[in-house]
Amino acid sequence: MRPLLKTDVSVFRRSLDWTAEMTTPTNIHSNIPTTAFAIADGVRSGTLKAVDVLEAHLAQIAAREGDIHAFNLVTADEARAAAARVDADVAAGRDPGVLAGVPIALKDNMCTRGIPTTCSSKILEGWRPPYDATVVQRLAAAGAVAIGKTNLDEFAMGSSTENSAFGVTYNPRDTSRVSGGSSGGSAAAVAAGFSPISIGSDTGGSIRQPAALCGVVGVKPTYGTVSRYGLVAYASSLDQMGPFSTDVRDSALVLEAISGHDPMDSTSIPQAPLSLLNVLSQGVEGLRVGRITDLPGGADPDVTARLEAAFDALKVAGATIVDVEMPSMKYALTAYYLIAPAEASSNLARYDGVRYGMRVNASDTNAMYSATRTAGFGEEVKRRIMLGTYALSAGYYDAYYGKALKVRRLISDDFARAYTKADVLLTPTSPIVAFPVGEKSDDPLAMYLCDIYTIPTNLAGHPAMSVPFGTGAHGLPVGVQILAPTLGEQVMFKVAASLERSMIATGGAK
Amino acid sequence: MTNTDSGIQYDMSKNEIKVAPNDGSYMLDGYELVCGLEVHVELATATKLFSASANRFGDEPNTHIDPVTLGLPGALPVLNRQAVELAMRIGLALNCSVQPSTFHRKNYFYPDMPKAYQISQYDQPINVDGWLELPGGKKIGVERAHLEEDTGKSTHVGGTGGRIHGSDYSLIDFNRAGVPLVEIVGRPDIASPEEARQYVTELRQILVAVGASDAKMEEGSMRCDANVSVRKPGSPLGIRCEIKNVNSVRSLGRAIEYEARRQIVLLEAGEKIRQETRHWDETDGRTHTLRSKEDADDYRYFLEPDLVPLNPDQAWIDAVRAALPMLPRERRLRLSQATGAPADGEAIMVVVERGQDDYVMAVGDAGADVARALVHVKEAFAEQGASPTVPATDLAQMIIMETGGKLTSTQAKTVLAEIVANGGGDAVAIAAAKGFEAMDNSALEAIVDQVIAEQAEAWSKYCGGEQKAMGALVGAIMKASQGKADGKAVTALLLAKKG
Repeated sequence: MRPLLKTDVSVFRRSLDWTAEMTTPTNIHSNIPTTAFAIADGVRSGTLKAVDVLEAHLAQIAAREGDIHAFNLVTADEARAAAARVDADVAAGRDPGVLAGVPIALKDNMCTRGIPTTCSSKILEGWRPPYDATVVQRLAAAGAVAIGKTNLDEFAMGSSTENSAFGVTYNPRDTSRVSGGSSGGSAAAVAAGFSPISIGSDTGGSIRQPAALCGVVGVKPTYGTVSRYGLVAYASSLDQMGPFSTDVRDSALVLEAISGHDPMDSTSIPQAPLSLLNVLSQGVEGLRVGRITDLPGGADPDVTARLEAAFDALKVAGATIVDVEMPSMKYALTAYYLIAPAEASSNLARYDGVRYGMRVNASDTNAMYSATRTAGFGEEVKRRIMLGTYALSAGYYDAYYGKALKVRRLISDDFARAYTKADVLLTPTSPIVAFPVGEKSDDPLAMYLCDIYTIPTNLAGHPAMSVPFGTGAHGLPVGVQILAPTLGEQVMFKVAASLERSMIATGGAK
Repeated sequence: MTNTDSGIQYDMSKNEIKVAPNDGSYMLDGYELVCGLEVHVELATATKLFSASANRFGDEPNTHIDPVTLGLPGALPVLNRQAVELAMRIGLALNCSVQPSTFHRKNYFYPDMPKAYQISQYDQPINVDGWLELPGGKKIGVERAHLEEDTGKSTHVGGTGGRIHGSDYSLIDFNRAGVPLVEIVGRPDIASPEEARQYVTELRQILVAVGASDAKMEEGSMRCDANVSVRKPGSPLGIRCEIKNVNSVRSLGRAIEYEARRQIVLLEAGEKIRQETRHWDETDGRTHTLRSKEDADDYRYFLEPDLVPLNPDQAWIDAVRAALPMLPRERRLRLSQATGAPADGEAIMVVVERGQDDYVMAVGDAGADVARALVHVKEAFAEQGASPTVPATDLAQMIIMETGGKLTSTQAKTVLAEIVANGGGDAVAIAAAKGFEAMDNSALEAIVDQVIAEQAEAWSKYCGGEQKAMGALVGAIMKASQGKADGKAVTALLLAKKG
């Protein structure tokens, strides 16, 4: 074991700088709180007007969105109407809900009734869903105010939000760098103070990796915890929605509001919403935190230094660090890039120009399909459709898709063994800090490696989250990933809250 | 191309088919027919297989649609419990095992297939390994009966033959998209067009009996594809072709027979059969190549990730089994036992198919002769449907009069016609109003004696053994009695007097 004290000092000094920067309320009117929890509290108690909260955030968008491009669409008019309804409710003595007046940004792959939903793809041009995703309904029912649709890698395929048909989303920490992806717009929206909360989707790390790169909290809950109804599918057996927030408590608050069984999603777990806020103060005393001894290599030293600091902080807080092995984890990326494209090749087949979205006319139906899909999809989407189609083809199924499913089972088995020894596992979220725009655009494999630590949990269906834990190279944020077994959100949030407290205790004011 | 052989003459260019009478072992030109049927049946659920839109035929196009039906981005399927129950009823009625099952995606592009994949059961269907017993007793194996969703319906405007290729534009009605189907895959145990017709007819009755479907081939709620091959007895199975677009039981027999003959002609000419899907054309009475095996889509089946495995528990399966109604075969046996008529004879087949066997039994319960009831219902109740308007007691009263000698069979028919026309009636009153009085034996005998005296020549011929002469005598007696004489009584009297 490394000398604890010495590491701690350096670690916490760096994190202090970063925390101070992150929470400086320069971007928001001084009387508007920065967290969803405090906003909802103020609006519900009548000390704060939802319309004022909204205007402050719209002003922030007006000031910085030009440099960041977090949004495909800002729905200011609809948001103003929603905020006014929240205020009217409060005035009439009705409780608007736990997210009363909280501005919220939605990844542009979840359906919003009457509002364009593009998946950052040309192929959905002009399409307005006739229905709201379950998550969108639940947020509205809790009093949240949707302010817009955020940019993403087309159909959530990518790790940098550079694969968007509508342009790159830049990292608010350093606008020459990527925001991560695919939920880069949602991560950037929170990091830039456009909204205290945003919702993303995570198929192989698409919430956690951009959260890490933008220095915010991002949670992928257990598969089946949050309804996928209305989430435009990328890879159905892996997709899961979750929140971005500036602190751990806000993510807990949002998850309590959006989780719980939905009869419209057959893969939704029949259970009550998660109960998380009550565990945040419980501490990690006696918890076993697993270190994966055979973690696939490749993380930058500045990133691994932060991981070690996190282990140390949890140890200080009373947890025990235990070694676990994940021998199959090194195959996860390969398995993922067969399973996810296979499902995507089927999920994206419906974009055929027949019923909605783009159509490029041609001499007959097949030619129309081909012309429409050629013009409508970007390079990465086409690459994955072809990969997936190939992996499922007669004669190749067993060697590719079938084998990938076996690997998926082996990884689940690895996790099951690891969780007999540990309550949670800790890894880096991303092997690297935010990289310069364009650096990996022409190298798909290098891009795919961004998700090497996040993909295994999607394959197992487990929950995982990224918490900001100091900075690495160039003073850029580093995220630590907490992994937990199925429905282990409570223990995961205990650990996340503990890591957050350890930062605050050493000087980073929240 | 012409092919002739003992009793069979087949000219493809003229499309004339002559079949030699066969003895039940169906042979064409020395070839056996091997046929298996795949029957798609739309389930009679209130809503669709995976969404809450109504499952209704014949309404305005695109009125029963929703995000799931249209395959809109983000929409997810949720399995209809009633569809599962109806599928289990079908499986259990076909003697299948109900087993844990899963859903797969069958991927292919077609404009009326909104998701570009069909959700269907693949390697783990809900029902497996059953059979259907034809009225004559032969069992046709049922490999599986699985759940899947229907497609929308395309109408291709312009071009030729209603095909998408070459049409000016196409209209799509998604009301049918997502309607629950069960596909019943029969084993290739069918050996003649007649067996195929019997199989489909029997299957249809079972489906209606268990309430799973209205099973109307004309409306498309029951669709039948036939896999046809031929072989010399004792040879391995031949290459098969799948025949689609067969829209009636009658067409099914014709299509199978045409296809078998087409294959035989090719084989006799030393050619090979290509495995392909063929389209039955009702107007020219032929099958035409739709696509060959090489052109077949690679459906890239994989487990549907939006659904979870379907594991009906044993209690549910048992409850469905216990609630199954009496099936057509049992109904025929019951009627056969009650009447002495053969279970696969015309009268019982017809009456059970119409669903009037309960009615016949009720007439029997009301004290009438069930065998007479069977005959009358078969003859006079063709328009009455499964629930005749005539009260069973009214028909029973009429039959009791008839069998009691108070009505001749001719009078009985007249009275019955009136009862049927009025939806019921008092047979005694009707008979009285028509002046139908049973003629007593002495009055009849007087008429018989009178006719014998008048028709001496016919009488002597009759006594000499000329049966034809009897007709003349009976006719004259009936005329003299003004139709009141009972034919049976007359012949009995004539026979007695002949000595």
